[in-house]
Amino acid sequence: MIGKTSPSAPYVRKLMLDPLPPPAKASGVSLWLREKLFSSWGNAFLTVIGIGLIWLLVSHFAPWFLHGVWNADSLAACRKTIATTWGEGASGACWAVIRARWNQFIFGFYPAEIYWRPVLTFVLFLLALAPVLFSQLPRRLLWGSLVYPLVAIWLLWGGSVWPVAMIGVGFVIGAVLWRVLVAKNAILAALAAVVVPVLFWLFLTGPIDDLLGKVLPVSIQSVPSRQFGGFLLAIVLGAGGIVMSLPLGIVLALGRRSDMFLVKMFSIGFIEFVRGVPLIALLFVASLLLNYFLPPGTNFDIILRVMILVTLFSAAYIAEVIRGGLAALPRGQYEAADALGLDYWKAQRLIVLPQALKISIPGIVSSFIAMFKDTTLVTFVGLFEPLKSIPDTIRADFAWKGIYWEFFVFVGAIFFIINFGMSRYSMYLERKLKRDNR
Amino acid sequence: MKTSVIFGTLVVAGLSAAGAASAGTLDDVKARGVVNCGVNTGLVGFAAPDANGNWSGFDVALCKAVAAAVLGDPAKVKYVPTTGQTRFTALASGEVDLLVRNTTRTFSRETDLKMDFPAINYYDGQGFMVRKDSGVTSAKELNGASVCIQTGTTTELNLADYFKSNGMTYQPIAIDSNAEGEQQFLAGACDAYTTDASGLAATRAAFPSPQDYIILPEIISKEPLGPAVRHGDNNWGDIVGWTFYALVAGEEYGVTAANVDELAKGTENPEINRLLGHEGNLGAMMGVPNDWAVKAIKAGGNYGEIFEANIGEKTPIGLARGLNAQWTQGGLMYAPPFR
Repeated sequence: MIGKTSPSAPYVRKLMLDPLPPPAKASGVSLWLREKLFSSWGNAFLTVIGIGLIWLLVSHFAPWFLHGVWNADSLAACRKTIATTWGEGASGACWAVIRARWNQFIFGFYPAEIYWRPVLTFVLFLLALAPVLFSQLPRRLLWGSLVYPLVAIWLLWGGSVWPVAMIGVGFVIGAVLWRVLVAKNAILAALAAVVVPVLFWLFLTGPIDDLLGKVLPVSIQSVPSRQFGGFLLAIVLGAGGIVMSLPLGIVLALGRRSDMFLVKMFSIGFIEFVRGVPLIALLFVASLLLNYFLPPGTNFDIILRVMILVTLFSAAYIAEVIRGGLAALPRGQYEAADALGLDYWKAQRLIVLPQALKISIPGIVSSFIAMFKDTTLVTFVGLFEPLKSIPDTIRADFAWKGIYWEFFVFVGAIFFIINFGMSRYSMYLERKLKRDNR
Repeated sequence: MKTSVIFGTLVVAGLSAAGAASAGTLDDVKARGVVNCGVNTGLVGFAAPDANGNWSGFDVALCKAVAAAVLGDPAKVKYVPTTGQTRFTALASGEVDLLVRNTTRTFSRETDLKMDFPAINYYDGQGFMVRKDSGVTSAKELNGASVCIQTGTTTELNLADYFKSNGMTYQPIAIDSNAEGEQQFLAGACDAYTTDASGLAATRAAFPSPQDYIILPEIISKEPLGPAVRHGDNNWGDIVGWTFYALVAGEEYGVTAANVDELAKGTENPEINRLLGHEGNLGAMMGVPNDWAVKAIKAGGNYGEIFEANIGEKTPIGLARGLNAQWTQGGLMYAPPFR
């Protein structure tokens, strides 16, 4: 239009004017300030109050952080350094304690000469986790992830390799039986795949372990559970609980919506009981009450006990989250699965669960994060978790007695990093799975 | 699939557990080659692990002495940190062989909880700490004060008894742990802080300016702290009790870690000779080697040496001997005769 001039028009301007910059009030910083912070008298007032509060906090805590001392061998030395550098009466953090007791925070009382084992376990953990988290990676890597728990158990607790290997063999037996028998009779196959491995573990593993241990002794230094501590313990409990509670939660959620009376009643009973009882009560049961029930001399590993309880606890919550996802699916999806002629398991696996789980992602990850933070409660059964037990232990050394806030800040920061990572991953997953079917 | 990982491990754990029969504790310890000693998860001066996880302290020294007496090596101890809630079950269930965890000997603990206290290794009592500028110099002046007090402990009950019997009132400020109590007290949330006197001294010494706080002279309770063993295994109780008395007698007769080897070759004092196994066979009577007391005293010194090294006046904690002096010095440490 612009390039063409009408012959009847005496004059048509052919050049466009350059756009003028918007007026100062409607652009840049001043616009942002006006729109976001001072859009009305009320908002301006709140902004001023907010800035005042932030200033109050920063001016109180910044010196404490900035005056922090990293090199000292006791709290007294810290105080001296702060007093000489910043003047008498200045307050400051004594981060030196984190430096001095770093290993205790990470490993607890794990033997120092074999710190490489938990470190290697952690590196392998990240490698095993990668194919689970990111579907771009080759699917074949998942086999490694499947074997990983056994490797981790052996590396962390040590001892002979055979008992751990036998756990794996049991699973292989179960899987093979399932494959062979499933074509003939699914119920028989399921029964065989569960019962035969259990019998194998109960009656055959012991003698086989002894035999193999004598013929081919492969063993590394064994580490009792009581020596686990710090973030090693928190991550072992957290990761173990997360890995086991998700499948258990799915089963419970399906069970609660099942038409089979017994399955349904059991699921409801379990979920309601576990959700209704405080976690600490369950932990006390795990650590104290079981001692009375089990035969004397039984050495039922304390970490295993706690992990089972934490898993059951978390699974009950996750079951309810997933049930919410199942309930949110339109009825048409279920009917479509039936119309396609899929049986129950295929319908769940191919149509219902992928959608329900996608809906439940935020809730599931919330449960994971809550559970990971709840691992600090094991302090009450005498395990050395990093938030309370390890600091209490460190304070028992007179050199560090009196240190308080530094521990909370440090442990809180580490927990935040891990939990924030989980949260970001769940957001990534939600974006990736978004189908815009609303 | 992964859900059953637990089950598999459970089965393995169950298998490895089978076949542990319970004989006498001494036989168990000898067979195991290590003494399982229940200790505090951390209490300044009494039990604390260093950066490498090596335990030390006044209570820990007794664990070492028992291990030395029974197994000949003070290092053969497995320390099981126990909390206030878990300590008694740990002992009752056999998870630990003895509990040396600043535990007060009381009637109900011996009768109802089925424990024995073969000896008392520290006579403690509850005291108060106040700010110096408060002007308070006696616990009798604390009427109406707010007091920081750890909940669920005997100190809480003692405090109520003391104020009631003196016709005074107080406002309790409940705290969960000593570390929290110190923070509250320093922040001025309470006028007075109360706990065992040994703990008060250590707490005050760790304050930024200890001279601004004073510990009041009154001790309002009896807290006899000692090692505990299970009811019914008297032989093991004898070993724990007499190992401790060997340390006390060692101090009384001047037997130290440095000269014990020398004295074990024979002295003019028949009591020392019997104690150190030069004469008689006291060790054999309770099923331990005859040089048990030599090994026990060599582990960390006699009672006085252990006291001075861990909580005595030369340490930052700086506790005076007080009631824990030898009976010859006006204290309560009194070893029965070795014969």
